[in-house]
Amino acid sequence: MSAETIQSRRDWLLSERPASRMQARLGRAYVAWRRFSANRLAFLGLLIIIALLVVAALAGVLAPYSPTFGDLKGSRLLAPGAEHWFGTDDLGRDILSRILYGSRWTLYVVILVAIIAAPIGLLVGTVAGYAGGWTDAILMRITDIFLAFPKLILALAFVAALGPGIENAVLAIAITSWPPYARIARAETLTVRNSDYIKAVQLMGASPFRIVLRHIMPLCISSLIIRVTLDMAGIILTAAGLGFLGLGAQPPLPEWGTMIASGRRFVLDQWWVAGAPGFAILIVSLGFNLLGDGLRDALDPRSGDQ
Amino acid sequence: MSAVENEGGRGSARAVALASFIGRFLVIAITTYLGLLAVTFFIGRVIPIDPVLAVLGDRAPANVVERTRREMGLDLPLVEQFYIYVKSALSGDFGTSVLTTNPVMTDIRRALPATTELATLGTLIGALFGVPLGVLAAVKRGSLIDQIVRIIGLIGYSVPIFWLGLLALVLFYAKLQWVAFPARLDVVYEYTFTPITGFYLLDSAMQGQWDVFYDAFRHIILPASLLGYFSLAYISRMTRSFMLNELTQEYIVAARAKGLSETRIIWGHALRNAAVPMVTVIALSYAGLLEGSVLTETVFSWPGIGLYITNSLQNADMNAVLGGTIVIGSVFIGINLLSDLLYRVLDPRTKTG
Amino acid sequence: MSGGPNQQRSMSALLDVDDLRVTFPTRSGLIEAVRGVSFSLGRERLGIVGESGSGKSQTGRAIMGLTPPQARISANKLAFDGIDLLAVSPRERRALRGKRIAMILQDPKYSLDPVMSIGRQIVETLRTHEKVGKAEARDRALAMLEAVQIRDPARVFDLHPHEVSGGMGQRAMIAMMLIAGPEMMIADEPTSALDVTVQLDVLGILDRLVSERGMGLIFISHDLRLVSSFCDRVIVMYAGKVVEQLKASELGRAQHPYTRGLLNCMPRIGFERHPLPVLDRKPEWAA
Repeated sequence: MSAETIQSRRDWLLSERPASRMQARLGRAYVAWRRFSANRLAFLGLLIIIALLVVAALAGVLAPYSPTFGDLKGSRLLAPGAEHWFGTDDLGRDILSRILYGSRWTLYVVILVAIIAAPIGLLVGTVAGYAGGWTDAILMRITDIFLAFPKLILALAFVAALGPGIENAVLAIAITSWPPYARIARAETLTVRNSDYIKAVQLMGASPFRIVLRHIMPLCISSLIIRVTLDMAGIILTAAGLGFLGLGAQPPLPEWGTMIASGRRFVLDQWWVAGAPGFAILIVSLGFNLLGDGLRDALDPRSGDQ
Repeated sequence: MSAVENEGGRGSARAVALASFIGRFLVIAITTYLGLLAVTFFIGRVIPIDPVLAVLGDRAPANVVERTRREMGLDLPLVEQFYIYVKSALSGDFGTSVLTTNPVMTDIRRALPATTELATLGTLIGALFGVPLGVLAAVKRGSLIDQIVRIIGLIGYSVPIFWLGLLALVLFYAKLQWVAFPARLDVVYEYTFTPITGFYLLDSAMQGQWDVFYDAFRHIILPASLLGYFSLAYISRMTRSFMLNELTQEYIVAARAKGLSETRIIWGHALRNAAVPMVTVIALSYAGLLEGSVLTETVFSWPGIGLYITNSLQNADMNAVLGGTIVIGSVFIGINLLSDLLYRVLDPRTKTG
Repeated sequence: MSGGPNQQRSMSALLDVDDLRVTFPTRSGLIEAVRGVSFSLGRERLGIVGESGSGKSQTGRAIMGLTPPQARISANKLAFDGIDLLAVSPRERRALRGKRIAMILQDPKYSLDPVMSIGRQIVETLRTHEKVGKAEARDRALAMLEAVQIRDPARVFDLHPHEVSGGMGQRAMIAMMLIAGPEMMIADEPTSALDVTVQLDVLGILDRLVSERGMGLIFISHDLRLVSSFCDRVIVMYAGKVVEQLKASELGRAQHPYTRGLLNCMPRIGFERHPLPVLDRKPEWAA
């Protein structure tokens, strides 16, 4: 591709007078992408998340050893070395392999929490915002009550009642993390509720159900995505905390928080057993935080250079 | 409209505004606390398939099960059960802990000062370093210092606190031996030292037992610094954004036109204006540390509510877990509400009366 | 005041500005807000008039040394009472501000510190520049509040800016800026944010204090009529340049089409004009 065609494509994307909706949309995406990729830290965050996805998909290929079975005789609690890059744990399992497989559980938790909590928040927020009046007052009071709770403690209590396990941990985190999404969805709904095109749809006889579902919810999605991305790190940390307390994923699952918990007993002598999975959590959370910050800056022109 | 000429009318308008504010505040406080109790009630009585089994285990004889069911009031309608639950919770009755056989409230009363001492010291450390760092980052925006403060903050938002605590123990306790082993006090002092308030640093200083003070300090400094770091990450980030906002205001230009030094402008004017929202942020961070204490106390064997809750969790002691949840939740909600109130009191623009 | 502009330049004026330029670097290149402004000021009242974006405010801020840090300032000469303002250290420059050169900003709602009492803000200026005790500083601040015709100085002293009206806030602002006895004052749209009824009061107070103390005043405004009735001399700025400089009394004889355009825009009682004239802006004036 010659420099000229690149130049002309850029001009087409940045055109002040787009000829089609598609061109306008692509142009906007391109501008957002330029702002995003100019932010080196945000780009680093994106790379980390892509790496996480690749590792999770290819864990079976990348991992040099089995994540669940180790050599109990010959390789217990080995220090990091050429054979085992991150060392081995008390059951002789290769820590690197366990971390690689553990990425799947991290993804499992964040994705599941997102697809449970975001729709709940979206539904509560759009219904409250569109209906107004008492419905709004009551729904938002409930949201604020949940918002005022200490999330981790509440999640703890939920898991204590539901019983330990990664599914219950996901459920508990989801129950405590929907309120911010409801607030955002409600704010977005309020800004469009009285706009002319919603009035037009009303006049055409659309039911409130259809209006909320087809015309209001789609508009809330983008700000919701930013917020969910920003929350991902918090979700990972809460899940790891539950795992550390023995309430999340149960051994022998290679979930990172659980791995730290089982490495805790030898931490004074074999620090790497607990050290490596914690470092993995740090990197991935950092990735989500950097990405979320960058997305917010790129998609929200107001926060521009702040 | 001139405010000076029109005092009388404004006075009564202010009274009405104050009354409506207090009314709204009470509604919010009451519903939030009821909400907290409803959720813990739901967790304790509704989620378990059979709360009696949870208490007695599945090998209890049938007549014992029946009696316990009546004693726990489980034969009553749910609404009535909730009413009784709220009443006993308000009087501080959370039942008996299976693990310690004490009333839960007694255990909590013993553990609360430990948690409060830790969280208070943590917030102090966080504010003491976080505010100046945030100010510096805002004043030297875009500089190396700004970048460093940003990265310190980002790592604080991303690191698992229990993991950092473990590594800190390895380094500062095991390798360098700068701090004491995970506990609140050396066993030697456990029997010679009688606490008054339950805050060991304060108590030992008041009684002039400086060896105890030193020992308590060696125990608390690591977990408190750790919590302080998390508080710092939050406080410095918020301080920076508040300060950036204040520094663009016109009164800063006016202060420069008066010939004030930059130091005076930054600390005497901009920070004083940012201080109002800062108080809210510091209060919220304090509440956050109370919650974060669950993980920190577990790592550092710190005998506070966090450790109490996790120990009870591991023994399926639901009364203790829910009692602890309600207490931490109440303090958390209380601080949240108070910070709202404080904001109004501190800002002269909203001063009433 | 006595003497024309030429005469004052020769007898070492209070302020000498020659070819002042203020440039802002932005992502899309340099933006020149002020492009070669020259004038001098004696102990007189000089008005600078222009539309928003004409560079009049940036000229004032450049003289004060209050342009944002990324702005670049250059001039053949920028001297206050013989002191080269571009050569002195920031510290000396700061010592001048508030003490010898002061500035009044547009809206007291924003330009007074909202969380500090009015009295403390006035005292702060004084004690920055003079070694005075607390009691004396308070007395002088009260006297200054009285001088700006605040009836109950002792009470206003303790009020916060949000508790007073706009007119009273601007008087407090004047008191705050005049208390250290500056010789020159830059007033940047000092009455534009005020109610019409109090505008004249505030202007009257400003006028009296400036003449009583024999100060030099630069009065920046978009309102040509206000400036011409209030000042001795008028500078008209357009797109960062001075397009015309003339005595206020000779405004009717203005030569430049832009000035004439500004004059024509002013409605007069008894003359009905249809269609309303539109202000002409020719690119060659900015060249």
